[in-house]
Amino acid sequence: MKRRDFLKSTGIIAGAGVVIPGVYGSVYAKTSYINNSFDLVAIKGGEPDAMFDESIKQLGGMSSFVKKNQTVVIKPNIGWDASPERGANTHPKLVKRVIEQCYNAGAKEVYVFDHTCDDWRKCYTNSGIEKAVSDAKGKMVPGNSESYYQDVEIKAGKSLKKAKVHELILQSDVFINIPILKNHGSTKVSLSMKNLMGAVWDRRFWHSNDLSQCIADYAAFNKKPSLNIVDGYYVMKRNGPRGVSVDDVVLMKSQILSTDIVSADSASAKIFGVEPSDISHIKIANSMGLGKMDLNSLNIKRITL
Amino acid sequence: MRQSNFRLLRIIISILFFIPTTYILIDFYGLVPGDVKKWILFLQFTPSVLNFITIGTLSITGFIIILALTFLFGRVYCSSVCPLGVLQDIINYFSKKIKKRKKKFIFVKENKLLRYSLLALTIIPIFFGINTFLVLLDPYSLYGRIAGNFALPILAFSNNGVAYILEQFNNYSVYPHDIQKFNIVPFAIVFSFFGLIAYLSFKHGRLYCNTICPVGTLLGIISKYSLFKIRIKEEECLSCGACARDCKAECIDSRTKIIDTSRCIACFDCIPSCPTEGITFSLKSSASSSDDSINNSKRNFLTKTSIYLLSLSAIGASVQKKIKITKPSTIPVFKENAVSPPGSFSLDKFNGKCTACHLCVTACPTQVLQPSFLEYGFTGMLQPHLDNSAGYCNFDCTICSDVCPTGAIIPITRNDKHLAQIGIAKFIKENCVVHTQKTDCGACSEHCPTKAVHMIPYEVKGLVIPEVREEYCIGCGACEFACPTIPYKSIYIEGNSIHKTAKKNVEEKKLEKVNMDEDFPF
Repeated sequence: MKRRDFLKSTGIIAGAGVVIPGVYGSVYAKTSYINNSFDLVAIKGGEPDAMFDESIKQLGGMSSFVKKNQTVVIKPNIGWDASPERGANTHPKLVKRVIEQCYNAGAKEVYVFDHTCDDWRKCYTNSGIEKAVSDAKGKMVPGNSESYYQDVEIKAGKSLKKAKVHELILQSDVFINIPILKNHGSTKVSLSMKNLMGAVWDRRFWHSNDLSQCIADYAAFNKKPSLNIVDGYYVMKRNGPRGVSVDDVVLMKSQILSTDIVSADSASAKIFGVEPSDISHIKIANSMGLGKMDLNSLNIKRITL
Repeated sequence: MRQSNFRLLRIIISILFFIPTTYILIDFYGLVPGDVKKWILFLQFTPSVLNFITIGTLSITGFIIILALTFLFGRVYCSSVCPLGVLQDIINYFSKKIKKRKKKFIFVKENKLLRYSLLALTIIPIFFGINTFLVLLDPYSLYGRIAGNFALPILAFSNNGVAYILEQFNNYSVYPHDIQKFNIVPFAIVFSFFGLIAYLSFKHGRLYCNTICPVGTLLGIISKYSLFKIRIKEEECLSCGACARDCKAECIDSRTKIIDTSRCIACFDCIPSCPTEGITFSLKSSASSSDDSINNSKRNFLTKTSIYLLSLSAIGASVQKKIKITKPSTIPVFKENAVSPPGSFSLDKFNGKCTACHLCVTACPTQVLQPSFLEYGFTGMLQPHLDNSAGYCNFDCTICSDVCPTGAIIPITRNDKHLAQIGIAKFIKENCVVHTQKTDCGACSEHCPTKAVHMIPYEVKGLVIPEVREEYCIGCGACEFACPTIPYKSIYIEGNSIHKTAKKNVEEKKLEKVNMDEDFPF
C-alpha cells in the first residue's frame, strides 16, 4: 500500500503547496520555477556532453530544475540492443553529463531506466548507458517487470485514458526526458513524446488504439518531464527506430532543449528535415494545447560550438 | 582409505556434481557463461553421446570417460554424476526421516524384460532419427526439466520477494524474474515423471535407475564386467541381511550371497552396514554372472517396437500440420511448422538430437524458448520451440547455442546468426490495425532487426502499412511478438523445416555527410 499512500500524500502536499507556496513549493519542481528568458535552446557542433554544458547554462543551469536533496529520474532511450554509433539509443556521454549536473545541483539520487524493446540487460550494457550511469554514480534501474508500473489516469487523454507508469516517475521530484532524434517507420520521427512510450508498461494498447493520438495523449499526463533534452548527435535517418547498421546514421552533432515537449519535438523535426505539421502526434498535441508547435512564436537561443 | 569411508567419499563427490549442475539448470540470471555450463555437463552421458554423434569434438571424451570408469568401478556415474540419481538419494534420505524407523530395503529380482526392452526402445529409434523415449527417460534431461519446472520457480519466487523488499527502500539491485508463460501440458508431463520418480525412490530407492533408466541399463551391462565390484566374502558373511536392508538398489541377495552387479549403483551404503567387514569393493575376480545370450523373443520384440515407433512418428508428422496456434477469430493463424532455434539447422536434425533438458529454456534471456506440446508433433514433445507469444529471439544473442550440451543446437557465430533464417514472417493484412482502424501502428517494423518488415504507403494518405521482404527475414519473431492485434496476430512466423540463409540487407547506400556550417532550419 506504500505506493497508494505515497500518491495520496503527495496529492495532499501538492494541494498544500498551492495554498502555501512559500512553504511547500520546493517539494515539487515545476516548469514555472525556471528562471530564464528562452523557450528553447538549439545547439550544434560539439560533443554531446559539451553541448549540454553550454545549452543548460542558457536555461539558468541545472539548479533551475533540480533543487537540493531532490530525487531525479532520467528517461533516455535505451530501447535497443545497439551500440551508440547506431543512433538507436541516447548517447551515453549525454546521459552521463546530465546525471553529473543533477548531482552538482544537489540531487539526492538520480535514477535512470527505460522499458526496453530488446532484452533489457543487453540494451543497458551495449548502449553504453549502464556504464555511463555507474561512472556518474547514478542508479540504473530495471524497467522490464510489470511490478514496477502503477495505474494512472490521464484525464485529458482522448484515446489513452489509463496507463501503467513506472513508479520512479511517480515518486521522483524531477523527471528528465532524454530522447534521441531518429527516424520511425510509422510515426516518421521518434522524439520526446514518442520516447515516453518507454515510461509505460503496455505499449501494445497504444499501437492498436491510434498510435499518434496516444502519443499526444500521454503528453497530457500530469507528471510531465521538467526538461526535454533531444539528442541529435548521431541521427538515424532511415530504418528507424531500430536501424539496421551504422549506414543508417549521419553525424549531426546537435541538441535541442526545451521545457515544452511539443516545441522540443517541433524543432527536432525541423532538424531531422521534416515539417512538424506533417507529424501527426506533434499536430495533435499542439491542437490539444499541450505545447507550442509554432516555432516563430518562441524565444529561441541558437548556438554553434 | 578404509572401505567404510567410500560411502562418505561418494556423498561428497555427488554434492560436488549436484550443486553446480542444478544451479546452471536454473541460472536465469545468466551468471555462468555458456562454455562453463558445457564443462559442468561434460560427463553427462546422454548429451555427450549425442554431441559426439553430431560434431565429434570436445565432448567426445565425456562419455568415454564414463564408460571407462564404469568398466573400472561400476556405475559411479549413477551414484555421483547423474543429477537424477542424486535427487533420488535426497528423496530417499528424507523418506528415512519421515518414516521414523530406519528405512529398510529387501532384495528384489531383476525385471530383465522391462529393463532391456526400455533400453531397446530408447536406442534403436535413434538410428531412425527418433528419440522420443530418450527424451522421456534420459536421466540428465529428466532432471533438467524437474529443475526448470520446480526449482526455478522457487528460486524466482524467493528472488522476487527479495526484489520487492529492496524496492521499498528504493534499491533496485535485484530485479524480478517474470515467468512469461506457463505451458500446462509440458508441465503436467514433467510433474507426472517427477511424481513417479519421487514415489519410486521413496518406496524402493533406486528402482528407476536400475530398472527403467536406459543409461542405467546400458552402464549396467558394462558394470557386470567391471574390474572393481562390490563382493561378498563368503568366509566372513553371516548372512545376517544387514547389507541387503541398506541396499537402495535392492540388488543384494544375502540369502544366496549374490549381488546383481548390473543393478548395483556403486553407492557403497552396504560396506559400512556389514558387522563383519564381509562385504568389500575389490578387484578379485569371482564367479561369472548369469547367462545373457539374446534369445529370439527379444529380437522379435525389438523389431516390433521399432516398427511401432516409426508409425508413431508418422502420426506426429500429420499432427504437426494441423496445429492451431491462436484462438479462433476472423482470420486465425495456422502454422505449418514450429520454429527451432538458430543453430539447429532443421527440424529433423533438432528433433533427433534434443533431449529436452531445458538448459536453453532457462538460459534464454527473452524466454522465447518454450517447451513444446504438439508443435513438433508427438516425437518432439517437450523439446523447446520459439514461441513468439512469450518473446522473440534477440538479434545478437546466441546463448542457446552456447549452452546446448547435446549438439541439437550447434554453436553459431553472431554473424551467422544474423543471417540464419529459421522461419519467415507472414503478414495478414486483414488483421492489421492500419487496415482495420485506419490508424498508425508499425510495431512489427519497429522491432524488425533486419528491416525485412518495412512500411509502405497505404491506400489512405499519410498512413503506412507493413510489407515483408522475405529474403531479408530471419524469423526472429520480433514482429509477431510486438504485433498488438488480439486475439490473433497480423504477422506471424512460419517455421522453416530446413533453415536457410537470409540475404543481407545492403540495398541502401551510405548517407551523405551533413554540412555542419548550415544555419538552423528555424
